[in-house]
Amino acid sequence: MSNAQQLLLERERRFNDAVALKKPDRVPIATMWDFFPARWKGISVKAVMYDPQLMFDSWVECLEHFQPDMGENPFALRGLARVIEALDFQHLKWAGHGLGDNMSYQFVELEVMKADEYDHFLFDTTDFMIRRYWPRVYKALAPLENLPPLNQVISYFWGLYSGVFLLSPEMEAARNAMIEAAKASAEVLKWAGAFAKKLIDMGFPIPSGGYSQVPFDTLGDVFRGTKGIMMDMYRRPDKVMAACEKLLPIMIDSAVASAKRTGVPRVFIPLHKGLDNFMSPDQFHKFYWPHMKELLEALIREGITPWVLAEGICNNRLEAFRDVPPGKVIYHFEATDMVLAKDMMKDRCCIRGNVPMSLLTVGTPEEVRAYCKKLIDTCAVDGGFIMDASAPLSDAKPENVQAMYDFTKDYGV
Amino acid sequence: MQELVNAVAEMMEEQAAALTKKYLAEGVAPLEILNAYKEALAIVGKRFEEGSYFVPELILAGEMMKHAAELIKPHMGDGKGASGAKKVGKFLLGTVEGDIHDIGKDMVHMLMEINGFEVRDLGVDVPAKRFCDEYRDFQPDIVGLSGLLTLSYDSMKAVVDGLKEIGVRDKVKVIIGGGQVDERACKYVEADAWVTDAVAGLKCALQWIEH
Repeated sequence: MSNAQQLLLERERRFNDAVALKKPDRVPIATMWDFFPARWKGISVKAVMYDPQLMFDSWVECLEHFQPDMGENPFALRGLARVIEALDFQHLKWAGHGLGDNMSYQFVELEVMKADEYDHFLFDTTDFMIRRYWPRVYKALAPLENLPPLNQVISYFWGLYSGVFLLSPEMEAARNAMIEAAKASAEVLKWAGAFAKKLIDMGFPIPSGGYSQVPFDTLGDVFRGTKGIMMDMYRRPDKVMAACEKLLPIMIDSAVASAKRTGVPRVFIPLHKGLDNFMSPDQFHKFYWPHMKELLEALIREGITPWVLAEGICNNRLEAFRDVPPGKVIYHFEATDMVLAKDMMKDRCCIRGNVPMSLLTVGTPEEVRAYCKKLIDTCAVDGGFIMDASAPLSDAKPENVQAMYDFTKDYGV
Repeated sequence: MQELVNAVAEMMEEQAAALTKKYLAEGVAPLEILNAYKEALAIVGKRFEEGSYFVPELILAGEMMKHAAELIKPHMGDGKGASGAKKVGKFLLGTVEGDIHDIGKDMVHMLMEINGFEVRDLGVDVPAKRFCDEYRDFQPDIVGLSGLLTLSYDSMKAVVDGLKEIGVRDKVKVIIGGGQVDERACKYVEADAWVTDAVAGLKCALQWIEH
């Protein structure tokens, strides 16, 4: 067995032991890199987003340097510039496209689905997606807004108008944009595949094989906008529930399909709007947790480990979060009280996190080591813990990231 | 008027709008109605602090207030009213350069205004120089810097440095707000206070103005 194969097995076992609430040979450590590797190399974010070879090489170098217990493939999320550019994607601003050359992606709040469009969404989600959602989120597909309803193309004489519309000049432009985006997607996938292979060759397990969301988050993030969905809980609660029900199987099926396609039985699920300060316990238990629980259970049934990134503070959600089969879920916490989290989760779920981004960004290596020591002492003594930052590394100071890795590997045995 | 206060505080949006229309039709002074909203918003803020209200209630209360202001507008003879009332202080606000998030900032704007601050909101992705230029023109008591990302720390710091350069740092309070700010970030930025929610920001601003 080669050294890399051995490393791969060792790391996978270390990681899986922690997930299964066993005590690994040492505390596993991994991080979400965001564009840290580019900054670490002194290259701009924009440069790596538009130059896949540069992205490939910098990430390889960074992972080889820090030697995490899990790799990360940057292409699926960070290498998309040409795809979203071809589609004129509205939900993000990125380096060189509304943001400075050294900035990470930023999400743009939009009310893509209007309050009076719930019924359309509920009646025929796919029709709504194609003729209302896509045209607004992908500006290059704006002409689809004028496409006749496809469910009216039932027999030969019903299809004439739709068929003719496809020949219009604006549809030609939209079609070309789709083809451009598809070509760019194929290019990204080629690089993503090569990078996945490289990770394995270097002995790094792949952290996640798919992405999913709690339906309330999807509905709020990309359909209604934060403000819209917050008011909908009061103005049209039944519609919110119905839309979440509609989204749940989509959130499950797409994640399962992706995990199967990639062969990586882990799915990343960031939580956005169910946090302590974002909604009341009653609202959480009505609009958020039931679908979240169903999502987690469905993934677990498929042999998938959900990696839940609980952003913000979730102290009051721990009681609900622990209601899942033991040893099957990773809860990655940002600012949740880790002592409390450990206490609540020790017999249920592996916890992960939570070296604060402020500490990694403006603190000192000494402060980082002190924080990591406290984390290991309180959370890792009996296993069931993975060291990580509280959020993607972004613009963390390299010496602080180094301190976090070195200390964990030294002390966490 | 208590009925209106309760309707707003209890998130009964339709009832609040109906009562507002009714009072206006009856000839109740617009200012009196606005004061009822102000009282209700204070209750909402208090419940937020106590942990029984959350973001949805702040947003909905803000919307009710906005709707009421629209209803009341035609009844304002001289264009004054809420804006004609005496201001407790001036608040310069914006999301710092490189950051485009505005939900938190907008909640701060709403709460400050209702509580008697004259607010100048510079929007998002605001360069440090613009804050300083606007400072000269507006002469605020407090500068509020919003930002959701750690990337914002340096932009916030640049604003504080700019205020130092124009020699006004000791004349103005600086408060930073956002999901990633904490004591450490506050020290780095050299701000006077940090908060992670809008109500805490309001409370801090009111304390400064009182002293």
